[in-house]
Amino acid sequence: MAVASHTDLLAMYEQMLLIRVFETEAERQYKAARIGGYCHLSSGQEATCVGVIEAMQEDDLLVTGYRSHGFALARGTSPEAVMAELFGRRDGCAHGRGGSMHLLDTDRGYYGGWGIVGGQLPLATGLALALVRQGRQQAVVCELGDGAVNMGAWHESLNLAALWKLPVVFLIVNNKYGMGTSVERASAESDLYKRASAFRMHGEPVDGDDLEAVIEASGRLLERAREQREPAVLEALTYRYRGHSVADAGLAYRTKDEITERQERDPLLRTAAALREAGSTTEELREIDERVEERVQACVEFASNSPEPDVDALAWAMYAQGSDEQFARMRPGSAFGEEDLVFDGGLGK
Amino acid sequence: MSVATEQGSEQQATGVERMTYREALRLALREELARDERVFIMGEEVGVFEGSYKVTAGLMAEFGEDRVRDTPISEEGFVGAGVGAAMLGERPIVEIMTINFLLVAMDQVINHAAKIGAMFGGEVRCPLVIRTPNGAGNQLTAQHSQSFDGWFAGTPGLKVVAPANPADAKGLLKSAVRDEDPVLVIENLPIYKEKGDVPLDPEFVTPIGRAAVPREGSDITIVTHGFATVRALHVAEELASEHDVSAEVVDLRSLRPLDMETVAASVAKTNRALCVEEGWPSYGVTAELAARISKACFDDLDAPVERVGMAEVPLPYAKNLETAAMPNEDRIAAAALSVLA
Repeated sequence: MAVASHTDLLAMYEQMLLIRVFETEAERQYKAARIGGYCHLSSGQEATCVGVIEAMQEDDLLVTGYRSHGFALARGTSPEAVMAELFGRRDGCAHGRGGSMHLLDTDRGYYGGWGIVGGQLPLATGLALALVRQGRQQAVVCELGDGAVNMGAWHESLNLAALWKLPVVFLIVNNKYGMGTSVERASAESDLYKRASAFRMHGEPVDGDDLEAVIEASGRLLERAREQREPAVLEALTYRYRGHSVADAGLAYRTKDEITERQERDPLLRTAAALREAGSTTEELREIDERVEERVQACVEFASNSPEPDVDALAWAMYAQGSDEQFARMRPGSAFGEEDLVFDGGLGK
Repeated sequence: MSVATEQGSEQQATGVERMTYREALRLALREELARDERVFIMGEEVGVFEGSYKVTAGLMAEFGEDRVRDTPISEEGFVGAGVGAAMLGERPIVEIMTINFLLVAMDQVINHAAKIGAMFGGEVRCPLVIRTPNGAGNQLTAQHSQSFDGWFAGTPGLKVVAPANPADAKGLLKSAVRDEDPVLVIENLPIYKEKGDVPLDPEFVTPIGRAAVPREGSDITIVTHGFATVRALHVAEELASEHDVSAEVVDLRSLRPLDMETVAASVAKTNRALCVEEGWPSYGVTAELAARISKACFDDLDAPVERVGMAEVPLPYAKNLETAAMPNEDRIAAAALSVLA
């Protein structure tokens, strides 16, 4: 199945590699204490990230959970801005306010990585509702993990999406484990896509490590969403190589053999093989490799040089411009920082 | 600006009209729906049923099913849908049947709506309105008689307003709809039927962050909001006629932002403060007020700040028990007299 041209495939391979190398570097920087908080890596899931984004149109919208670096990078968000965000710096895509879990890039329709499991699903239906109200023939990709299907928000959101015919594709990234609990130990119906049928919604699985299969399936479902306002569930079966977050060694609940076995059918290796078959030379692939390594080092350089956020702007943008008048009378007797409120006035714009 | 009258003709809206709190809310909704295509209403029973408490009566017929959208019983789902739609520039007004049910959507309100501006560094905003009644007094018992105003008002990123009369019901709801941030409008079941003069000007708004002084006095300040304001005004009359006490009533109207200037100016004049709320006082709105008044007005106070709120029990069903638990007028009056003693 050839759904992508050789040139496109090369570009996508480069993006997948960018994610892999970026995540490896993020882990290194985390261990060097230059990145803090939680840091959930996408290594192993690159074909899903890049394939789904490839199938999206430029004006389609995206929301994700907290394992979001891969999606942001695939969507074209500046990797420098992503690394700067992980470093908590002013030039981060959320100006150092969000960190690893809360990347965003509204210019590219990316309305956030969200940190509460399942919380982004209702938001996605709202984005889709707004698209419909505004008469825009666009779709929303709502990424979630396999653990999120057991939240009430899943049930409520799929019901609303089906009931109101909202253009959303719910993309379950099934990497087999919600933290350390396997899908089989968490879900009574472990074929997660089948749960769509409870809402008379279409659902299907796809090999999430097969780039072209991901593009084909997500492209088809996004088109239905856009053109017929038919929501759907796409379950991408993939695997994460690293632990749940950098703090988790990832071996309490699975064996090294299992990881090794998955690495043998690594999405990058598979895509590289497809490229060689289509005529790419080792030299060509090595050049991509070098370019990506250089870019990621440039990201670290950029992030290191970006200034820390201004402490005087601690409450930056918590409230919109114009709110200063409303808060002006809160101050007497206050020791709670109201005098330091900073209202949205164009930081980073 | 002009509005459609009941006869369907257009005329300049001027002056005031006497109407109920419920009608004032409906007028605000109708005006904002007519003013801005981005405004739409979403909630349980808001359309075909015409509103659990009839606030939205007639609006679906007037504006259609898209603008006045019935939802399934899925508070987390449709509050979150409101958040998402607001992020994309819509102006959703989400009705929650009572504040008790907002608890199942707490994740969307606190973890999502309230975080958007700051957590994403100002890159996206959430102009969402949630309106919901709180309050007790109709023997609705423990799960349906609560006031969580303080929980929400204590959350940075939210704005919280609580109108106590029909004019502010219209004015604050309109301000909320026009605001760029998530605003919780806390209404109150017992005052839906209260009447008052309401400006008909469709541009009339009550600014957020401004308290009102509905009754001036010189001996004690009663600081309150929502339905407790109605009670406080009755108590103030009683204090005047039966005890020769001149009580000033400060109606906060906004809980976040809080107008401490007006509170402090009043206490500076009366030197005594009683704070009253419908909710449980521990860790509540009155706790916040007492702390702030104690600091801002330390040199003015002639007596410790006193508080009255709901008795700290899950509200019982039996009428006599419910009455005893509520911040009723006898308890408010007794507390005021103790501050003056």
